[in-house]
Amino acid sequence: MKPTVIRNGRLLCPAHGLDQTGDLYLADGNIVAINEAPAGFVAEREIDATGLLVMPGLVDLSARLREPGFEYKATLASEMAAAVAGGVTSVVCPPDTDPPLDEPGLVTMLRQRARNLDLARVYPVGALTKGLNGEDLTELAELRDAGCVAFSQANHPIVNLQVLYRAMQYAATFDIELRLRAQEPTLAGDGVAHDGEYASRLGLTGIPVIAETVAINTITELMRVTGARVHLRLVSSAAGLALVRQAKSDGLPLTCDISINHLHLADIDIGYFDSLFRFDPPLRSVRDREAIHTALLDGTIDAICSDHTPVDDDAKLVPFAEAEAGATGLELLLPLTLSWADAHKVPLHLALARITTAPAAMLGFEASLRPGCRADLALVDLDDYWMVTPAALKSQGKNTPFNGREVRGKVKYTLVKGKVVYTA
Amino acid sequence: MKNPQLDANKALIHLLSTEGLPRAVLEQILDRAAEYVTEMEQGHKKFPVLPGKSVFNLFFENSTRTRTTFEIAAKRLSADVINLNINASSTAKGETLLDTIHNLEAMGADLFVVRHAQSGAAHLISQHVKPGIAVVNAGDGRHAHPTQALLDMYTIRHFKGDFTGLRVAIVGDILHSRVARSQIHALSTLGCPEIRVIAPKTLLPVGVEQLGVHVYHDMAAGLKDVDVVAMLRLQNERMSGAYLPSTQEFFKYYGLTADKLALARPDAIVMHPGPMNRGVEIDSAVADGHQAVILPQVTFGIAVRMAVMALVAENQARAVAHNKGYAA
Repeated sequence: MKPTVIRNGRLLCPAHGLDQTGDLYLADGNIVAINEAPAGFVAEREIDATGLLVMPGLVDLSARLREPGFEYKATLASEMAAAVAGGVTSVVCPPDTDPPLDEPGLVTMLRQRARNLDLARVYPVGALTKGLNGEDLTELAELRDAGCVAFSQANHPIVNLQVLYRAMQYAATFDIELRLRAQEPTLAGDGVAHDGEYASRLGLTGIPVIAETVAINTITELMRVTGARVHLRLVSSAAGLALVRQAKSDGLPLTCDISINHLHLADIDIGYFDSLFRFDPPLRSVRDREAIHTALLDGTIDAICSDHTPVDDDAKLVPFAEAEAGATGLELLLPLTLSWADAHKVPLHLALARITTAPAAMLGFEASLRPGCRADLALVDLDDYWMVTPAALKSQGKNTPFNGREVRGKVKYTLVKGKVVYTA
Repeated sequence: MKNPQLDANKALIHLLSTEGLPRAVLEQILDRAAEYVTEMEQGHKKFPVLPGKSVFNLFFENSTRTRTTFEIAAKRLSADVINLNINASSTAKGETLLDTIHNLEAMGADLFVVRHAQSGAAHLISQHVKPGIAVVNAGDGRHAHPTQALLDMYTIRHFKGDFTGLRVAIVGDILHSRVARSQIHALSTLGCPEIRVIAPKTLLPVGVEQLGVHVYHDMAAGLKDVDVVAMLRLQNERMSGAYLPSTQEFFKYYGLTADKLALARPDAIVMHPGPMNRGVEIDSAVADGHQAVILPQVTFGIAVRMAVMALVAENQARAVAHNKGYAA
């Protein structure tokens, strides 16, 4: 990269509370100084950030890139372009590709292809079981050495608790983190919506909250005896969050996230069977959504992710229960986090910490403007309001329940390793 | 949110659910059905309402009874009727639901009568058909069966005159029943002050009270002093999946027998959407007894389905003419 100076931006660092107008100096892929140029620094590139927020790049804990196997839904190239357009500089991708990421060669190939694109950084999550079958462990240590940052089943269940128990014992042996969905499959059954009054009204099969709470209780009990580190993906209910809060206060090495969809939407938004509102876990009640807001503020929820899932139109133009779950989200992670902060008067640095500092810490690096840290940055015009439309999104996935909504915050530049990878 | 069944003038253009329909629309359907009943009693069997129109009976789920009544109703309105039984597995092999619909549109369909195993299927179709084509829901998953509920309302009105002083009990598998949901919404809208549901806890949907019903688990308490007993069909597959231990036990506690019916008002009527499982949800003595109105329900069902198809077709035609007027 060329030595670069970002001039006159609003430097906001959620990690150490910095919020001031100034200049940021970048060299060798890192931030080297704030305001005062280091001795001998000669800028070869200058970016005028007047009127822009300069913040660490977003870290998205769950974004499906769809390669290999689902190129008709999205490609690595299209989704990495979407990531940097959304200010996302680090992308954690779940293993539910086809084939799933259950062999070191697949992981190596994915990382190599991502490196060749030279946009955002990619952090693969390996499959916990072969083919995500829920039965046979993958080579966790080998896969970790190939670059997997953690292991998960994506949305595939482990029915046999003996398998989960041993997976946690084995992972704890190597201090490997597991990312688990908290959903007891036998209680979730063939449900497609939150088991509440609205699903009853629509005649949709429900997934009860107890599917989540029973699973969290099981996982935390197994954590106590195995010592495994666990990150719970997409906790959806008030009762589930109360259990996470308790487990954390008991000192268990437990973290969790939620998605932008569950941050903003509830079951009643399904309206007349709108399949764009089909999610896994399902959108829960308004009361559950309120609990998500509280849990974000008190730190029970560590991070907000996009749970980016590009789905082709054909998979949505079917009856609700047959529709594929998920929505596109990489380019909405920042604006929808900002909308939440605005609506609930959450201080900006606290809100942004949930999509930068906190998820970065889980990946073992510091997302910060401090000298010495990675020059992975997003330059954002907070006063740019824009309409979510298919044409406004770079992702190949155009499916989003936020279509037609006006959102705040447009990324103008994205830098990875000090290099500009996106300009609006 | 705009009700997709109504046009800008609140006229019925599709019938998808009884939920959210104004009382005036429900009464309009019942009144129109009453006219057909009167005329048919005088021997009229053919009405020149839909001549040259093509009604497609699109059944993705098996049903002989409902399909036949729709067929008879459409023929009495002078429409051409095409029956299609589309096995769900053949759609799974390739053609999507909407591809099927668009193909049939191309063959000149004017009105689709749709039954589908998935809740919301009729809504989906109504959102994607061309302007001028009406959709009538003949049952979607557990969601709605509006023509059944409307014929039930017709039957109640016929025998009881009015809804505003009635106690109605709906008995049986509420959880899986599209009939029950549609009955509850229709009864509420028509002013019925007390709707009861009677079932074991495994056969009640979460939050059913919020639909405006009183929940009973005991038949004796639930049937006390009711004016109408609406029985539901119990599917055999409920014996698996731990909903119920056996049909015998269900009949003992929730089957309608003469003894239990005696707790209701002496002039109470007994309805059933058919086909009945005698000895499972209803005893033969009751099914064939003087309080049963199960066969009149079938007769009224033809008139109600005629009324629904006539109204949606007329309103669609008016909407299309109106839009053409704008275009010109």
